[in-house]
Amino acid sequence: MYEGAIQDLIDELGRLPGIGPKSAQRLAFHVLQADTADVTRLATALTRVKELVRFCSVCFNVAESERCRICRDPRRTDETICVVEEPKDVVAIEKTGEFRGRYHVLGGAINPLEGVGPDSLRIRELMARLSAGEVKELILATDPNTEGEATATYIALLVKPMGLAVTRLASGLPVGGDLEYADEVTLGRAFEGRRAV
Amino acid sequence: MYVRRLELHDFRSYAEAAVDFDPGSSVLIGPNGHGKTNLVEAIGYVATLGSHRVATEAPLVRYGASRAIIRCAIVHDGRELLVELEITPGKANRARIGRAPATRARDVLGALRLVLFAPEDLALVRGDPAERRKYLDDLLVQRQPRFAGVRADYERVLKQRNALLRTSYLARKVASRSRRPAEPVDAPDLSTLDVWDLHLAAYGADLVAARLELCAALGTHLAKAYDAVSAGRGEARLAYEAKSWATPDEAGRLAELDRSEIEQRLRAALAEARPSEVERGMTLVGPHRDDLMLTLGELPAKGYASHGESWSFALALRLASYELLRSEGIEPVLVLDDVFAELDTGRRERLAELVAGASQVLVTCAVPQDVPDALRGARYTVGDGVVSRVA
Repeated sequence: MYEGAIQDLIDELGRLPGIGPKSAQRLAFHVLQADTADVTRLATALTRVKELVRFCSVCFNVAESERCRICRDPRRTDETICVVEEPKDVVAIEKTGEFRGRYHVLGGAINPLEGVGPDSLRIRELMARLSAGEVKELILATDPNTEGEATATYIALLVKPMGLAVTRLASGLPVGGDLEYADEVTLGRAFEGRRAV
Repeated sequence: MYVRRLELHDFRSYAEAAVDFDPGSSVLIGPNGHGKTNLVEAIGYVATLGSHRVATEAPLVRYGASRAIIRCAIVHDGRELLVELEITPGKANRARIGRAPATRARDVLGALRLVLFAPEDLALVRGDPAERRKYLDDLLVQRQPRFAGVRADYERVLKQRNALLRTSYLARKVASRSRRPAEPVDAPDLSTLDVWDLHLAAYGADLVAARLELCAALGTHLAKAYDAVSAGRGEARLAYEAKSWATPDEAGRLAELDRSEIEQRLRAALAEARPSEVERGMTLVGPHRDDLMLTLGELPAKGYASHGESWSFALALRLASYELLRSEGIEPVLVLDDVFAELDTGRRERLAELVAGASQVLVTCAVPQDVPDALRGARYTVGDGVVSRVA
């Protein structure tokens, strides 16, 4: 145990995800030894993120104004919406440059063990967006695990009566990898999702 | 296939241990409580990622240590493979195969195929259905490691579904206690239950179809093995039982159902059981409630078989797994953990004869005279955590 301020900092850092007591201690001493200017910059960044960043009123991605950069972009089509769990999934898909539609960030996946039901996600807001009638295709890009699959099925069942196309991202082999190193589940999925060439 | 070397680090009673084995039979001799079973338990862990004695990881790590390491050199078709497992209770195990960097522990499955006989096997005949489901599922994974994934997926969906039913059950209880008689009870949120039903039925059907196929393949091996162990005293049979989702007239012809028919049946049964599941707050339908019916002649083994017959049946189930794996071109390692002390001389001799041809047999015993001549091979003594080869 250290005294006062340094222990407070270690405790606060230790509450962050992925940071154990040892890492927290290392970070704290790094901060202590750093230039005052650097530390001030970090502190400002931390406070600013809470002051300035909020959630887009349309898609619930992180934004600095009422609507996020993607929702404001007039060059993107309103006909497709890609549903993801977290803002970081938006960044991942944006990196591909393949998708020119809009997003909808759910804020998680259905997970009864952690008390997350459809009401704690932005599903009602999604349905409101869809009922406007402009959307032709809904792409479900939730994680390919038990909870993500359940969320995708749940939304697909809800949307079905609306008559728009609902697609799920394909799961399969990593590009540039070796077939022999793929695990059986991935390889099995890839077989299911094979297509004509 | 055989285990050439086993190294332990902070596993059970061993701070540090290394044992070299030869193919053929090896007998580990030592007083009770000196660590014989810990050695074969470690080998079993490499094969199944589970212990045959305990359900949790904590007892596997030496008291006071934070993690245990098992290293195992396995020779298969003349090639040696090194498997390393690091067990940290409460965390995911870490694994290495050969010189490759760390992988998921699940990828280790299949590197070592093993059939383990232990005094605990008596529970296969006399114990709860869970014991027999574990027998089937473990064997399924030994045959096709892919089923470790199916099993894990099913269990995850089941857990989520139970959590959902449970929270709504508790919410209803609280609501009914606090409301005034005239007020209606708010319907708890079960809107996602349909989704979990679909997924439970899909993974459940994968699991059931594989178990049924396994039962069909095991049948003849079991009858033969029981005949051999008991010296021709009765006919042993097994049948898959799915009381929670199959109708009585389907019970006799479960084996004829294909995967999609099973999925349909599971969905229908879930729909039918919905009110009572909501009422009781748990999943009442699915392969997690199935059983394996074991019969001897015309009578069920559980409850009717004598102690000796039950033992023969348990041995026959293990022998049948061994013969099945062998018939499919997998030559598993056999482990006989303290079983000879439990058997009469006739059964001892017949069991020894049946397994003596295996590529490797590892035997543990407290009294060397209990081990039949057919299995006299290399001998090791185990005392106070020290293993040494004596012959």
